[in-house]
Amino acid sequence: MVPQVAHVRRRWRDGPAVWTLDVEALPPAPRFAPGQFNMLTAFGVGEVPISVSGDPAHRRGMTHTIRAVGPVTRALVGMRAGDALGLRGPFGTGWPMDEAAGRDVVVMAGGVGLAPLRPALYRLLAERERYGRIVLLYGTRSPADILFREELAAWRRRFDIEIEITVDHAGQEWHGHVGVVTTLLAHATFDAAHSIALVCGPEVMMRFSIVALRDAGVRDSAIYLSMERNMKCAVGLCGHCQFGALFVCSDGPVFRYDLVQDRLALREL
Amino acid sequence: MTSAGKSVLTIDGLQVLLDTLRAGGHRVLGPTIHDQAIVYDDIASVADLPRGWTDEQDGGRYRLKRRGDGALFGFAVGPQSWKTFLHPPMQLLWRATRGVGSVCVVPEPATAERFAFIGVRACELQAIALQDMVFLGGRHQDPHYRARRDSAFLVAVNCAVAGGTCFCASMNAGPEAVSGFDLVLTELADAPEHVFVIEAGSDAGRSVLAGLPVRLASDADVGRAGAVIARTAASMGRSMRADDLRELLPRNHAHPRWEEVADRCLTCGNCTMVCPTCFCTSVEDSSDLTGAETARTRRWDSCFTMDFSHLHGGSVRASALSRYRQWITHKFSTWHDQFGASGCVGCGRCITWCPVGIDITEEVSAIRSSDLR
Amino acid sequence: MENLEQIIRKHPFFADMPAAVMCVVAECARNVRFEARQCLCHEGHAADQFFLLRHGRVALEVSAPGRGTITFKTLREGDLVGVSWLVPPYRWSHDARALALVGAVAIDAACLRGKCEADHDLGYDMMKRFMPALIAQLQSAQMQLLDVYGAYA
Repeated sequence: MVPQVAHVRRRWRDGPAVWTLDVEALPPAPRFAPGQFNMLTAFGVGEVPISVSGDPAHRRGMTHTIRAVGPVTRALVGMRAGDALGLRGPFGTGWPMDEAAGRDVVVMAGGVGLAPLRPALYRLLAERERYGRIVLLYGTRSPADILFREELAAWRRRFDIEIEITVDHAGQEWHGHVGVVTTLLAHATFDAAHSIALVCGPEVMMRFSIVALRDAGVRDSAIYLSMERNMKCAVGLCGHCQFGALFVCSDGPVFRYDLVQDRLALREL
Repeated sequence: MTSAGKSVLTIDGLQVLLDTLRAGGHRVLGPTIHDQAIVYDDIASVADLPRGWTDEQDGGRYRLKRRGDGALFGFAVGPQSWKTFLHPPMQLLWRATRGVGSVCVVPEPATAERFAFIGVRACELQAIALQDMVFLGGRHQDPHYRARRDSAFLVAVNCAVAGGTCFCASMNAGPEAVSGFDLVLTELADAPEHVFVIEAGSDAGRSVLAGLPVRLASDADVGRAGAVIARTAASMGRSMRADDLRELLPRNHAHPRWEEVADRCLTCGNCTMVCPTCFCTSVEDSSDLTGAETARTRRWDSCFTMDFSHLHGGSVRASALSRYRQWITHKFSTWHDQFGASGCVGCGRCITWCPVGIDITEEVSAIRSSDLR
Repeated sequence: MENLEQIIRKHPFFADMPAAVMCVVAECARNVRFEARQCLCHEGHAADQFFLLRHGRVALEVSAPGRGTITFKTLREGDLVGVSWLVPPYRWSHDARALALVGAVAIDAACLRGKCEADHDLGYDMMKRFMPALIAQLQSAQMQLLDVYGAYA
C-alpha cells in the first residue's frame, strides 16, 4: 500500500495532451504482464492508475502513456527526466497471451485504448510464430490524435501484421479511412471462429466493437476487454472500482466478455 | 443452556474487570452518554456506563429514555460501531520527504495501541468478523487493521433489549453472542440481585476470567440469562426475509421501487457512516507549502458521494437512484459473491440514522412483492 | 472483357439476385471510373444516380467556412455511395471524391425508381437490399456522433 520511489528516465509526447513517461524504480518493480497497470503518485498531488504501455521484454524501466485530464495526470506529464514519483504495482489481470497461442488475434483499439494494448502487440510480434494472423484495427478521433505514429508505420512495413487505422473525421490531408472502427472489421482477414479478440477503448466504443466482433462470428468467450473504473487502492479494499460484484482492480481490468456480458449493458451499474 | 463454564460476576466484579484490562495495557472503551446519544468512549469505571438508560429507535428517530431500573447495558446500539476504532475514519499511510534528487517515503507504523471493547453486541461481533474478511481475508491485508484487531480484547454483552430498528435475528447475527468474543456477559438487572452471567470465549478471556471475583453460575442464574436472551429475540423491532437477496436484488436492477426510494434519499451517506460493515475508503494526498513534506491519509468514503465512481468526464453512478441501488445491492447481494456472506448484520443503524427514515427491510419487501422475475 | 451483367453480379450488393431481376436492373446500370481526386457528386446537385463501388476508395466530404473540408466518412469496395436518390427532393447532401482510382457501377436513379414502381416485387427486393446498407451507415454515423474519443474518452 506504500509506493516505492521511482524516477523518470525519459518523457516524450505521443499525442495531443498525451505523454509517455519511462519510469524506473530501484530496486526494480516486479515485471508486468501486458494489460496490467501501476498506481503512479505525484507527491503532494495524488495517485492515479495508469496502464503500462511499453514492451514487457524490456529489462529496465516501464513506460506509461498518460492523457492529462486532471491535477494528478497534469502533474505527471509535467515531470522531467530525473524527477521522482511514487510507484505501486503492477496490478490487475493481463491480456490472455497464452490463450491466444495458435489462434488469429484481432486487436481493436479506440483512442488512448491503444496504450494498454501496445504491450500485447509487442509480445505478439516478438513471438510471432506462436500466433496465427494478427490484425490491429485502430480508431481515434482525428489524424492528429493518432498515437505511436512511428511505431505503427514501422509495424505497417512488416508483412506479418495487418494494420488499419480510421478516424471519426478528418481534413483533406488525410487519405486514410474515416468512419467508426467497426467498419474496418468486414475487410480484415481472420478466421473469426478461431480468433481471439482484444478490445480496449472508451466503454461505448468497446460495446459497439464487441457487437461487430460477434456479428463477424467471434465467440463471446474469445473476446477480452479492458475496463476502467475509479480506483484508490488497486488492491480490492477501497470499494471504488466495483463493477457489480467484480473489483476492476483485481478481478480485471481485463475481463473475458462472456463473464461480464450481463452487466456491461446495465446503466449506471 | 447448561451452567458449564459459566460464572456470575457482580457490578463490583465488573469494575475489577475494567481495572484488570487497563492494568494490562489496554485502552478500555465502552458505551457512554454524550450529545444525547450512546457513544463508545474511554471508560475507567462502571460509573461511566449509561446506567438506567435505554433508547427508543425508529426510522429517522433516536431518543434516550430513563429506565425504571439500574441496568448498565439496557439499550440497543448507538450511531457508532467498533469500526470507529478498528478501521478508523482517518489513517495516515505514509509521509514523504523530498531531498536532493529524490524522495524518501516512510510508511506509518501500525499502532501499538491495544483496545479493550466493553459491551460488544452480537451484531457487532458479526460485523467485526465481516470486516475481518475484508481486511484480513483477501490477497492484500491491511496492516493497520491487523494490528488493531489482533490486540483487541472483546467483552461482549448479550442484548437485554431489542431496538426498534433491530433485525439481527433475521440476519442470523444475534441477539445471542455465540463466538468471536474473549468474554461475554449477560446482565441480570432485576431481582434478586443485579449481576452478570459471564463466560469466556478464548484463551485470553479464560486467563482474565481466572483473576476475577466470580462464583459459579447456578441453574437458576443460567435460566434467568436464557430468559433475557429469549425475550430479546422475540421483540425485534424489524424482521426481514434474507435468504433470497443475493439473486433478488440484481434481478430487479430496473425495478420501479428504485425511483421511489431515490425520491426520498438525500444521498447524505449517514447509513454508510453508521453501518458497522461499510468499509469503503478514499485517500488524500497533502503537502506543506513548499512541497517538500507530503503525506497520504486514508479516510472513510461513501458510495453515496458523487465523486465515488468518478471517471474523467463524469461519474458512472451519477443519479441518486444508482447510488442507493449500489449500496443496498452490495450490502445484501454482491457481498456474498465477494466475501461469502451477507454484509448486513441487522443492527438497524441505517434505519435509525437516515434523516428521512428509509427502511431497508421495507425496501427489500417492496421489491420482493413485485419481483420483476 | 466482362459484360455489364457479369460485373454487376460480382458486387456483393447483388448477391443471389435472380437472373431475370438482374437483367432489369442492368438496364439502368453502366460501368464508370473516376480518377483520383475526381468528384462523384456535389452537395446540392440532383441525386440522379448512385454508385456501387467495385474498387478504390471514396471520401464523403462537407465544406464548412473556417473549418475547411471535412471528411466524415470513407467508403470502399463493396460499399454503396448515395442514398438521397431514394427520397424527394433527390439532392445530394454531401460531396463524394475519389481518393484513388475508383471503379464503380453507376445506377440511374430515375430509371430504377421507375422500374420499382412498375414492378412492386422488384421494388421490395431492392428495398431489402438497400436497408442493411442504410441501417449500417446510420448506426455508424450515430456512433461517430457520440464523439467517444472526445475530451472525455
